[in-house]
Amino acid sequence: MAETALTNNVEPLARPEGWRGIAADWSSDQRAFKNVSWGKAMMWIFLLSDTFIFSCFLLSYMTTRMSTTVPWPNPSEVFALTIGDKKIPLILIAIMTFILISSSGTMAMAVNFGYRRDRAKTAALMLATAAFGATFVGMQAFEWTKLIMEGVRPWGNPWGAAQFGSSFFMITGFHGTHVTIGVIFLIAIARKVLRGDFDVERRGFFTSRKGHYEIVEITGLYWHFVDLVWVFIFALFYLW
Amino acid sequence: MVDVPFDTVAGVPPAEVGEVELYHPRSWWTKYVFSQDAKVIAVQYSITAMSIGMVALVLSWLMRLQLGFPGTFSFIDANQYLQFITMHGMIMVIYLLTALFLGGFGNYLIPLMVGARDMVFPYVNMLSYWVYLLAVVVLAATFFVPGGPTGAGWTLYPPQAILSGTPGQDWGIIFMLASLILFIIGFTMGGLNYVVTVLQARTRGMTLMRLPLTVWGIFTATVMALLAFPALFVASVMLLLDRLLGTSFFMPTLVEMGTLTKYGGGSPILFQHLFWFFGHPEVYIVALPAFGIISDLISVHARKNIFGYRMMVWAIVAIGALSFVVWAHHMYVSGMHPYFGFFFATTTLIIAIPTAIKVYNWVLTLWRGDIHLTIPMLFALAFIITFVNGGLTGLFLGNVVVDVPLSDTMFVVAHFHMVMGIAPIMAVFGGIYHWYPKVTGRMLNEALGRFHFWVSFLGAYAVFFPMHYLGLLGMPRRYHDIGETSFIPASAHDLNAFMSVAALIVGFAQLVFLFNLIWSLFKGKEAGGNPWGAASLEWQTPETPPGHGNWGKELPIVYRWAYDYSVPGAIRDFVPQNEPPAGLSAQGSHP
Repeated sequence: MAETALTNNVEPLARPEGWRGIAADWSSDQRAFKNVSWGKAMMWIFLLSDTFIFSCFLLSYMTTRMSTTVPWPNPSEVFALTIGDKKIPLILIAIMTFILISSSGTMAMAVNFGYRRDRAKTAALMLATAAFGATFVGMQAFEWTKLIMEGVRPWGNPWGAAQFGSSFFMITGFHGTHVTIGVIFLIAIARKVLRGDFDVERRGFFTSRKGHYEIVEITGLYWHFVDLVWVFIFALFYLW
Repeated sequence: MVDVPFDTVAGVPPAEVGEVELYHPRSWWTKYVFSQDAKVIAVQYSITAMSIGMVALVLSWLMRLQLGFPGTFSFIDANQYLQFITMHGMIMVIYLLTALFLGGFGNYLIPLMVGARDMVFPYVNMLSYWVYLLAVVVLAATFFVPGGPTGAGWTLYPPQAILSGTPGQDWGIIFMLASLILFIIGFTMGGLNYVVTVLQARTRGMTLMRLPLTVWGIFTATVMALLAFPALFVASVMLLLDRLLGTSFFMPTLVEMGTLTKYGGGSPILFQHLFWFFGHPEVYIVALPAFGIISDLISVHARKNIFGYRMMVWAIVAIGALSFVVWAHHMYVSGMHPYFGFFFATTTLIIAIPTAIKVYNWVLTLWRGDIHLTIPMLFALAFIITFVNGGLTGLFLGNVVVDVPLSDTMFVVAHFHMVMGIAPIMAVFGGIYHWYPKVTGRMLNEALGRFHFWVSFLGAYAVFFPMHYLGLLGMPRRYHDIGETSFIPASAHDLNAFMSVAALIVGFAQLVFLFNLIWSLFKGKEAGGNPWGAASLEWQTPETPPGHGNWGKELPIVYRWAYDYSVPGAIRDFVPQNEPPAGLSAQGSHP
């Protein structure tokens, strides 16, 4: 119960490579994933569980889309914007996707600078990621507003199957909630980085545990996952 | 059995992980109420689960009163009967058994059995309990909302679940779905803790293949729950949207009370797929921890090592994996392509293989063992009997041609009560009688315990064994009053009355059990640290009940598996997991 040691200090051990190494790790004591901290393991397992949630949402959407007898609205027309007399299909979604993918890049850089203990750059890049995320959510709000103005409701729309609106609001809403939670986390962690919490091992307000720069990477795992999910939503909802 | 662990220094592997920072409570509130200690959280989970379970028990009395003596009790009408069925099933399966096995037994036993000071994220673990409590409160609130709780059946099938003919359509169904969503959120927080603790926070020398089977059962069940509950989460969200916003995910075009509803184009079968993709693994989420607990009880109380430990572990893992590809055997009567029926019947029957391995290994562990008929052992034996009974009728129902005529009869009710009602609850009772001395430091009263066992076991058989026969006669389930029918003889009604009386007596025995729990807390015999002479790590704590941080100054070092009983040449008839082999000092040569 000593207060000094950490959960992450790893003594290097000579271990076999490849599959033999995996077998050796799983048959060893203490940890099945060597060099993986508790927090990171927990995030990976949570993401696996969350994958099942999004898979169920998307499979349900695909099932209702295939089983409904009313024609499905054409996404390239519904999600088109008129810019200077020209109707450009999926332009808003393309920009949103580009922004979200870019945010993965800034997140990856933030993780790198975090491990270099570069507080200013880490925090700046995390805030940039959060700004990208907030922009994404903002554009999603714009898209929702536009569709609602055009008469799309969860229970019906002017162009065809009611399930179009239901699935759209449910899936993008659930994904947007994930992005929003990510933005809040990014801002909170960026504040801690900037304040130097991880250098002085300041204790967390709720958990009263010492923080480490690894939390930047764990937040990054979540963020990349949310981006990856968006790629699937983009492909299955907008491009199908 | 001392096998050589991976790269050791004189039998002891070096510590890879430093000591964990524990949260130290400073006040009574943070020590006993908002506690981050897994042991306190376990007790909180258990008390909450058993309290709401008592509600479900009373509901089962009311149902049995109605079935046994139809027309006698004017305060039970058809709607209420449906509400009782729904709430009884939902509470027992999810809020009692799942919460008690994973939140109760899991929280208490995992850190102690793997040699950890606590769960890896105690704060998240604490949140898990409070969200679970909130889910239970929301669930209990449905009894007091206008229209009462939902009467949709515990499977909540749409379209009927949200249409006006079903009781509880106004508020009950909304509260029910909200409560399920909360439960899943709370469970996920706890479940992540259990999985990471087993994988990443074991003590020195504790390999996965030295874990007691209880931990294997709870661990595998938790992994399954983390992958299966998402389907229920999604189904609940979508059904809630159908009810609240008028979406039509699950609702086809239909006419209700002569008028066309606002719904149209949805797929009710989709809900069934989502529900049973959760629902079937749920059966094993409840059964696997029971398997693990029973393995440990049998080994300890027969003073013999568990037979075929590795096969037991792989059987648990195989059952867990297979249970994800059998869900549609609950949907034979919904109609499906014959090839799908063939596929799901085949996978269902394949599960019988690892399950049979487990049953044979339990019996072979008992074979020539030094069997002590203690109360935990009695419950373990009762578990094997009821589980085999329910498992065999499961083979009947797994086949499409047999399932279709039997599906809507009492035979199904008898089957699943045997296999996932009585059997797991026998494991729960056995586990409580076994570990109560560790939790409280006192033994449960022996005489009351034996009374409780015999009444519960024989009584449960008196309730559910005749039910198979009623099902084969064609007596339908879900009916609140059979009335006069040509194919059900008058004697069947007498049998129903007999079962109802038996059910009341079994219920009374549970009150004796609750009294025993409270009475023994103050007046029970002092237990000492290891009253059963068990080898696994939780019995080797320096204090009983285990103190804050479980292990005192030094974490234990594990040298062997958890089943060294009656080892030839050993001084005692058990060798604790942390006892070093001959020729090695107590802490090894590697500090």
